[in-house]
Amino acid sequence: MIAEPWQKAEIPGPTKSFIIQKPEVAAALIKKAKHPLLIVGHEVVEKLNSEIKLVDYIVRIAKAGKIPVIASGKAFTEIKNFIPVSLMSIVEVGSRLIDPKWNGIDGLGPHDLALFIGIPYYVEWLLLSGIKHFSNVTTISLNRFYQPHASWSFPNLSLKEWIKNLEILIKTLEGG
Amino acid sequence: MSKKTLKLKIGELKTSLGEIKDFEISIGRILEETWEEEVGPTPFPSISDLRNWDLKLLERYKPFYMPFCDVCCLCTMGKCDLTKDKRGACGLTMPAQQSRIVLLACCIGAATHTAHARHLVEHLIEKYGKKWVIDVGGVNIEVEAPIIRLVCGIKPKTLGDLEEVLDYVEKEIVQLLSATHTGQEGSFIDFESKIFHAGMLDHVALEVADIAQISAYGFPKADPEAPLVEIGFGVVDKSKPTILVIGHNVPSAISIVDYLEDIGLRDKVEVCGICCTAHDLSRYDPKAKIVGPISWQLRFIRSGIPDVIVVDEQCIRADALIEAQKIKAPLIATSEKNCLGLLDRTGDQPSEVIKDLVDGKIPGALILDHDKVGEIAVKTALLIAPKRIKFKSIPDIQSVIEGAKKCRKCFECSRACPNNLPIPEAMEEATKGVFKKLSDLLDLCIGCGRCESACPINIPIHSFMEVAAEKKLKEEKFKIRAGRGAIQDVEIRQVGSPIVLGEIPGVIAFVGCANYAKSGKEVVEMADEFAKRNYIIVSSGCAAMSMAMYKNGEGKTIYEMYPGVFDAGGVSNVGSCVSNSHIAGAAIKIASIFAKRKLRGNYEEIADYILNRVGAVGVGWGAMSQKAASIASGFWRLGIPVVVGPHGFKYRRMLLGRKENMEDWYVYDARSGEKIYVGPAPEHLFYSAETKEEAMVMIPKLCMRPNDTTKGRAIKLTNYIDLHKRIYGTLPNDLHMFIRTVADIPITMKDEVLEFLKEKEWKENIIPDPTLLPRLIRKRRE
Repeated sequence: MIAEPWQKAEIPGPTKSFIIQKPEVAAALIKKAKHPLLIVGHEVVEKLNSEIKLVDYIVRIAKAGKIPVIASGKAFTEIKNFIPVSLMSIVEVGSRLIDPKWNGIDGLGPHDLALFIGIPYYVEWLLLSGIKHFSNVTTISLNRFYQPHASWSFPNLSLKEWIKNLEILIKTLEGG
Repeated sequence: MSKKTLKLKIGELKTSLGEIKDFEISIGRILEETWEEEVGPTPFPSISDLRNWDLKLLERYKPFYMPFCDVCCLCTMGKCDLTKDKRGACGLTMPAQQSRIVLLACCIGAATHTAHARHLVEHLIEKYGKKWVIDVGGVNIEVEAPIIRLVCGIKPKTLGDLEEVLDYVEKEIVQLLSATHTGQEGSFIDFESKIFHAGMLDHVALEVADIAQISAYGFPKADPEAPLVEIGFGVVDKSKPTILVIGHNVPSAISIVDYLEDIGLRDKVEVCGICCTAHDLSRYDPKAKIVGPISWQLRFIRSGIPDVIVVDEQCIRADALIEAQKIKAPLIATSEKNCLGLLDRTGDQPSEVIKDLVDGKIPGALILDHDKVGEIAVKTALLIAPKRIKFKSIPDIQSVIEGAKKCRKCFECSRACPNNLPIPEAMEEATKGVFKKLSDLLDLCIGCGRCESACPINIPIHSFMEVAAEKKLKEEKFKIRAGRGAIQDVEIRQVGSPIVLGEIPGVIAFVGCANYAKSGKEVVEMADEFAKRNYIIVSSGCAAMSMAMYKNGEGKTIYEMYPGVFDAGGVSNVGSCVSNSHIAGAAIKIASIFAKRKLRGNYEEIADYILNRVGAVGVGWGAMSQKAASIASGFWRLGIPVVVGPHGFKYRRMLLGRKENMEDWYVYDARSGEKIYVGPAPEHLFYSAETKEEAMVMIPKLCMRPNDTTKGRAIKLTNYIDLHKRIYGTLPNDLHMFIRTVADIPITMKDEVLEFLKEKEWKENIIPDPTLLPRLIRKRRE
């Protein structure tokens, strides 16, 4: 499958992310990871439509995958009502993820996998680029649009397909 | 001090060897010294003279690189893949390549300001003479050029003295630029040091430009009560012939109003401006109108209101001529740096040029004589305005509806939009004759026009938004305080102590461009919040304009709500981009006037003082250009942190502290020489915030300094904790790192904070006399 970045002029270079064609692949990567981390940006609190509240999906992913969560801005305010969550800005998380000596957000050692969701597209592409170049952390973008600097990313998806993919991811994680 | 050329003229000399007539020799330059202060260690510093200071900063604030792409494409050996730890054909790694790009950007920015300053100084010397005295505030300003004094170690007195300063800056920028050539600098950390050098030079150039124009043009001289002037789309009187000026270099705009005054028609013609030329024109002539920031170009030109457009340099849309032709408005280019392909008509009779412009024989002209620009622009506007009176440029409602129906919902516009605005949804609504969504988009639009470039069927999307928001645009009428220029020495004396001791919680400078993720409203919301909290608020450039373009419930703008003083709760506009020098200058003057630190060529000590004691933060919420990058880097070298908005991530490198690494936060106690942990204050040097809320918590945190007294730190912590709780609903998790003694704890929060400190196993610490420079350690008193 060929994926192209959502923002037209974002042309990354020779190393591009693998496309998550099946959400089960992302679930398998999470299960395989020793110390994953879920990083949530402020856009997650924006309602996608009257029915869908993305924060609910974050909570379900974190619980199902037993993943510690870092959230920035309003996302922290919202998520802390449901699950334990650490507050840290996106750029500060990035600077720590490239440091192999960082003991992780929970003090349990370096993170080998980082999942990203709810971050503005252009912010995420730069953040992922920094992590790609200067660390060995595997990154997965769970956002709706293709992020070329991640290790793994969804392709550009319709809202309906994206939600469907997140549901499958959660169910696969819950499946043990 | 100044340097003078020694000239020897001999009219007629008869000797035994022969006879000499009309002989003239120049034997270089002699120093004319009047400044008694001892010269510090680094007058006119070269690239490496302040390297040790830079490395100290960079050890604490490590670069975090976020490359735009994986390759380098600067030479013909490449493209080279620099992914991870690969090296390019020249041997360079990705970190060095990224810092090289940032250095290039800062050199571009510094060169742009320097070229602007050079032009201004040469132009003003031609008009007023080399001996024209620099006066930026009369007796209120004894330190007339703090940055030049600090960096160059000289005290400029006349316009002629500024030429020497520019000679130095230009030489250094060439040195820096040469370091970016393939096969030169190989270390990212040295590129970073050079970036700081570029920023420092940039601030010197900014100061040269602004003190020259303030002195010669009689702009407000450090005046907290500079007049309120009009700003907004709706302030322009369309019934008059209208001349629009765009750019940063004001001489042509000034020649327009001078010419109008000369012929007695000043009140018959509208002169309005966009971007910093507008700031500077309103400092010269309060009748001049400011349309808005850089992002207002497309919308105002397309409105069809301007009869003549005059552009100078910097921040002008490259398609200004094309847009001007769409509305049949002649365009006059006035700078060698921005000729736009136009024929140079400088040498022609003005009447010939005017005739050609009015008849439409030429779309515009390049006029490199400012006096001629005034005459040509005014006469052209007077003649062409009646012809354009029925001209309609933006589409009518029905055309918008029909155009919207053609929209394929392909999302190319959204994908091209920097802010991913939901344009297709707004188009869908417009097909039904409902325009709210389109109108709302204009508030969020940064005016780049990429949506139109991307549209496969050429829908003029930006114009459609403008039609939808037409009524709202007409009502845009606001007041902004004209650029006041420098901060008075007496103001510095008054606030020096409370700032250094922390009782005034900080100085926050809202500066930079209009590349906002949401809208300019976020800038004024932040400024208002911190003004209410008794911070000193200063503004400049497009950010200063954006701050003016919202009113409170009583219909007042922020400049009407707060006084223009440099004091707690004051909101001042220093002026255009080059006026940013007064913000850095104020920080420097706190060290030199209030603390009486030696200023002359003593950069490192003053920067060390500012880093450790002056709670100042720059906020470039919409920072966009290379100039913004170089301005920021000048602040970094002085020890002033800068926060940028989310688009600032695209500067591709941040300078971030790591608060949990205790070893990074030690200073020397200048009294004893002991190394003391002082906590992460300030935590970062260059930081990009994802949202306004995130910035609003980070800004007060970055105002904390090791030297804060307990009372001052308590005030600063009150703001930090209060905003953190309001926005995040919790106490800050890093609070223990900022409390040195129990007396630091805000009284009203004592119980809650003490409980928190107990959990963190917090221990009391001492408050040192902080410095990073071992040479400033005094001998222990016996």
